[in-house]
Amino acid sequence: MAQMFARRRYTWRLAASMAGYVATLVLAKYAIEDRGIAGPAAFAISVVPALCVASVFWALARLLIEEKDEYRRVLLVRELLIGSGLTLTVVTIWGFWENFGLVQHFDGWYIAPLFFVGMGVGGVVNKLTLGDSGGC
Amino acid sequence: MENRLRVLRAERRWSQQDLAERLEVSRQSVNAIETGKYDPSLPLAFRIAELFELPIEEIFVSPSRRSSKAI
Repeated sequence: MAQMFARRRYTWRLAASMAGYVATLVLAKYAIEDRGIAGPAAFAISVVPALCVASVFWALARLLIEEKDEYRRVLLVRELLIGSGLTLTVVTIWGFWENFGLVQHFDGWYIAPLFFVGMGVGGVVNKLTLGDSGGC
Repeated sequence: MENRLRVLRAERRWSQQDLAERLEVSRQSVNAIETGKYDPSLPLAFRIAELFELPIEEIFVSPSRRSSKAI
């Protein structure tokens, strides 16, 4: 039962983070691009959507702490490790390509979605190797 | 790790869900342990042993003993 609550809390946190992200991104674009807010205020406004994305990492950390089922915790850890490993590998390779002028610049904010895609790959790996993909 | 969990569960006519509820884990966990895909932690192994009122070594086959038998 406790694990159900952990999952439910994670889902709510994820939904709140994503709703906050969309709302603050729209507001930040309006304030900076349409209203021309600049300087420290622009920095402060533009960091808010980024913090909303970062709160998904916090939600994942909380899920890892609150999930009482050790097997499901293992599935989640494997997904996180595969997601982190893939992200770091792709970003490192891209960085070298970029350094040698082979590819265009890679915006830093792509790293978070790349990590979530990597976690999805982790779920597929879990399914193929353990038969379960219920980590996250 | 090889184990007798499925047999012990079947003797009591428990489903995987029944056992999962008794152990306060997910059905996925029970299935993963039964099929040897996942080795439980020591606290969970003790909970399983206490539930079946058996010593741990009568439920889980020691990997070292298993390999020495094979030799």
